[in-house]
Amino acid sequence: MKNAFAVAGVVVKELYRRKDFYVLFIVTVLICLVMASVNIYDDAHIARYLKEISLLLIWISSLVIAITTTARQIPAERENRTLIPLLAKPLTRTELVAGKFLGCWLACGLTLLCFYVFFGALAASREHHWPLQNYVQAALMHWCLLGIVVSMSLLGSLVFAAPSSNSTICAVVVMGILFVARHLDQVAITRPEPFRTVAFVFYYALPHLEFYDLRDLIIHDWPPVDWKYVSLAVLYGAFYMAVFIIGACLVFRRKAVN
Amino acid sequence: MSIILRTEKLRVEYRSREIRQATKVAVNGLDLEVSAGEVFGFLGPNGAGKTTTMNVLLGFVPPTSGAAYLFGIDVRQPIARQRIGYLPELTYYYKFLTAEELLRFYARIFGLPRAKTDQRIAELLKLVELEPAAKRPIKGYSKGMQQRVGLAQALINDPDLLILDEPTSGLDPLGRMKVREIIQRLKREGKTVFFSSHELGEVESVCDRVAIIHQGELRAVGRVAEITGGHQNLEEAFLDIIGYKPQPAPLP
Repeated sequence: MKNAFAVAGVVVKELYRRKDFYVLFIVTVLICLVMASVNIYDDAHIARYLKEISLLLIWISSLVIAITTTARQIPAERENRTLIPLLAKPLTRTELVAGKFLGCWLACGLTLLCFYVFFGALAASREHHWPLQNYVQAALMHWCLLGIVVSMSLLGSLVFAAPSSNSTICAVVVMGILFVARHLDQVAITRPEPFRTVAFVFYYALPHLEFYDLRDLIIHDWPPVDWKYVSLAVLYGAFYMAVFIIGACLVFRRKAVN
Repeated sequence: MSIILRTEKLRVEYRSREIRQATKVAVNGLDLEVSAGEVFGFLGPNGAGKTTTMNVLLGFVPPTSGAAYLFGIDVRQPIARQRIGYLPELTYYYKFLTAEELLRFYARIFGLPRAKTDQRIAELLKLVELEPAAKRPIKGYSKGMQQRVGLAQALINDPDLLILDEPTSGLDPLGRMKVREIIQRLKREGKTVFFSSHELGEVESVCDRVAIIHQGELRAVGRVAEITGGHQNLEEAFLDIIGYKPQPAPLP
């Protein structure tokens, strides 16, 4: 694992030396601060709308960072030929894939931390309380979701030719899963065979990313979710991450280095 | 003297993806042995199979048949690369890292302890004369400086075998001289160097033995004096061995 952590360290360094994160963070902060400075219609619950829009921006920014950062990792190594001196060291391809995954996931975790600290400060300035357990659960589940997205994007970067096509396909798939896949069971029962079986297969095979969306918990100040269910969701996410990473390792083993 | 690098009837074929295209044999039945402490030149015209052989030695390409060993370990095992250093012909390093960070990253992969890493980085930056630029990102380096970073990364683990793919390619005369000096210094330290080059004068001056490969097959191997015997220099011997017949230039 030490080799995977060494590779991960370089990925994290790359993220904080590039401008992507800073641009998205500053844009999110500016939009949120401008919204926080006005109170439309003197609505007593305006803070809820502010929180909802802020969280939506955080979700979009984090998905963009996760997908674009991961999608370029291995293709950039191949294109810039940095892969050659790297694999000439006692480093296996599996360790490289694991390192890239860990690096991207950790980098996403660090960006999430920045976003949620800002969000917490903004929400506390309007509501004067800070439901820490809710924030921790929401951030943890959000990070798990990003783990699934990162591993999926890593596999995509080895299957699709260009990082841009991989990023677009991953973004469409994630959006599709978030908005459509959760309703596939209801679609299935209204369809005749064999569409019913196909729809059910997709419903059970695709990762249910909506499990990780705890935004409502923060927006409406609902009580925290039982940690038992959070743990189960983390295990469920870990299973999908493992599946995608194993797939990426198997594809990468067959790829030419140059 | 122990054998550091060995290939046995090494054959590498590249299968074409197009149906009617024939399979290309890049290396055919290559038998090589390089002993400890030797500087071994690996020569051949473009497309002869030198880079493919190096790719097999580095574990990038699996042999179609035959085998290759480094320190007696099959090259398909990553541990075979623990005691080697490799400098590719043309490559780029992570441009957002500084030379020091790059060397630290590679040292970590080799599992060097922190104190040893610090000492090794200081030595290498001095050796390749990059101390003043050590904390600057590589993106600001000239081509010669990048090549010197490459040499430093190839030496980070104090390797017993150094594989260099055209190490002086694209360097100015001063850069070439420095690389030659480093190779000779490594030779004095008892390191084994396996390198390919098109600069035959350079090969003649630094190599103990050379192998000449053409169309994937080994055409000659031996001490430089044996190969050049009966010829004016290594270049003439090389052209003769690969079967090049100079044509008289047509009169205008």
